Amino acid sequence: MQSAGPISGSRSFLSKLREGDEIARLITFIFAATVVLITVALVYELWTSSVLARHKFGLHFFVSEAWDPVLDEFGALPFIYGTLVTSAVSLLIAIPLGIGASIFLAELAPPRISDTLQFFIDLLAAVPSVIYGLLGIFIVVPMMRNVIYPALNKPFGFLPIFKGPSYGVGMLTAGIVLAIMVIPYIISVSREVLLSVPRDQREAALALGSTRWESTWKVVVPFARTGIMGSVFLALARALGETMAVTMVIGNTPKIAASLFAPGYSIAAVIANDFTEATGELQTQSYIELGLVLFLLTFILNGLARILIIVTTQKGSKVSN
Amino acid sequence: MKRTAVLLMAVLVAGGLVWAQGLLINGAGATFPYPIYSKWFDVYHQKNGSLQFNYQSVGSGAGIKQVTEGTVDFGATDGPMNDEQLKAYQDKHGSAILHFPTVLGAVVPTYNLSGVSGSLNFTPEALAGIFLGKITKWNDPAIAGANKGVSLPAGDIVVVHRSDGSGTTYVWTDYLCKISDEWKSKVNKSTSVNWPVGLGGKGNEGVTALIKQTPNSFGYVELIYAAQNNIPYGTVRNAAGTFVKADLKSVSEAAAGAAKDMPEDFRVSITNAPGKTAYPISSFTWLLVPSKIQDNAKREAIKGFLTWMLADGQSYAEQLSYAQLPKAVIEKEKKAIAKVQ
Repeated sequence: MQSAGPISGSRSFLSKLREGDEIARLITFIFAATVVLITVALVYELWTSSVLARHKFGLHFFVSEAWDPVLDEFGALPFIYGTLVTSAVSLLIAIPLGIGASIFLAELAPPRISDTLQFFIDLLAAVPSVIYGLLGIFIVVPMMRNVIYPALNKPFGFLPIFKGPSYGVGMLTAGIVLAIMVIPYIISVSREVLLSVPRDQREAALALGSTRWESTWKVVVPFARTGIMGSVFLALARALGETMAVTMVIGNTPKIAASLFAPGYSIAAVIANDFTEATGELQTQSYIELGLVLFLLTFILNGLARILIIVTTQKGSKVSN
Repeated sequence: MKRTAVLLMAVLVAGGLVWAQGLLINGAGATFPYPIYSKWFDVYHQKNGSLQFNYQSVGSGAGIKQVTEGTVDFGATDGPMNDEQLKAYQDKHGSAILHFPTVLGAVVPTYNLSGVSGSLNFTPEALAGIFLGKITKWNDPAIAGANKGVSLPAGDIVVVHRSDGSGTTYVWTDYLCKISDEWKSKVNKSTSVNWPVGLGGKGNEGVTALIKQTPNSFGYVELIYAAQNNIPYGTVRNAAGTFVKADLKSVSEAAAGAAKDMPEDFRVSITNAPGKTAYPISSFTWLLVPSKIQDNAKREAIKGFLTWMLADGQSYAEQLSYAQLPKAVIEKEKKAIAKVQ
């Protein structure tokens, strides 16, 4: 501002106000600041409302497997485990499917089909999660018991993750339902990103003699890499925090089992289930501390995601140099 | 334009005055008696136009918490407040809180066994064994012994319990504590406990959905929920040794058996009640009313409602599948209303 010379410097604050620049600046700044304020208020509230539980359990809270409301023993490990495993399973399924579909829609499908399908995908993204939970209970759970479980348990039953009986509900079921929920996010965002890749990138690749698929896979997709990763992290965020659909199909058992068929529990699900009926002060505060843990988990994973994007972008630009 | 605005203001002010004249009494708590409470409050409001009750079914735990904090005028719970909670209330308000039983409910064992159509009999030992994870097969002698002539499968029992904290769980675990020392020492009773085995379903509907979906499963739901949704449920052997199916009569019977030695504060568990035809997994549900209410109008309104609830109000219970209070309990409660001051 100051370097802009005597003319702008001589403008009084009032005249700037009249022209609207300062007002717009102030208002939008306030709006932007609320985001930070809300985040800070959230952490502050979670931190102060869980003081009893934090003092009683300390760091032990993170490694303890106990969850006994009668004895007032609480530990977060089974819930952290359940949250991470279901989210990981959902991403393992959703990433290849979602990115594959978005490549088809953006690069290969005729625009008419692409737009029609996009409409349905946006619709899917807007479906309330409790509906996905119902879909889970009535379709995925029986399918799990009758089709997926025998198909995985017979040939791969020697692996710990596919061992043991299946009740239909469990961590794998929750992961599958979550995958169905987050795929629309990945497709929708990735498609937009792929479509916004400049034309000359494609044309340059084709001019160099590459096939359509080569130009897509080797030029367009790497170009859009950052945006695609963004879509995956959006999906991860939703998977971590999903409550209703997960609690309906995960089995709600706070135990750590190696098998994906075993029932488990997630942080969001246990808070939704139990919080209102918590009887003691310590129990209530333990749920609030679980909320803090979930916040922390999201924070760490988001941070890692940022680092991953920075690292891969640098590597990418080195290659292109 | 101006006149419309003035008129509108006048209407709003008048409306506000009318609203202010009416008395609003807020309550919060148990979800299980919500249907009958909302019926009562609605009927009572029609009889006493200026009086309005607002009840939020947020759960027993939340009900206790809110009435202790003083954010509502009365609370409601499926499990009585424990001594610690009573003390917390006393410390905060300098006066006691009173329990008033309103109606009765029961919890029933339910299952999904293909090929078994009739209702199964369960002994207390079988129920405790299954929930402790000691009885794992349906054809275990502990179950089969009480069901002669029924061909039970050899499959594993899939136990289903509530995942959310609930008065239903309190009643169920309270019963298991009474019939099994091992359960009492290992798990004990609460609105949510550390389950030794099993899957969790959210709400009665979640448990029911899981049981319907899972072959060879076994769980527990509220009697009213089971009755309204035509869910098959088993009989349970009571303290007198007879297998009793839960219904309004056998649940009332359990309360009558316990009414004789009802303590002054009404905090009594009637699980495993004596009486030949008493259903053993029954329970009262309570209103929590402060013994000191500063506001005259509110105090009289609440006392008036309690009196009406114990008389005319009881007749609404059965059409909504709740069992009525036994006469002896009603008489005792009528005397207790005087304690509200």
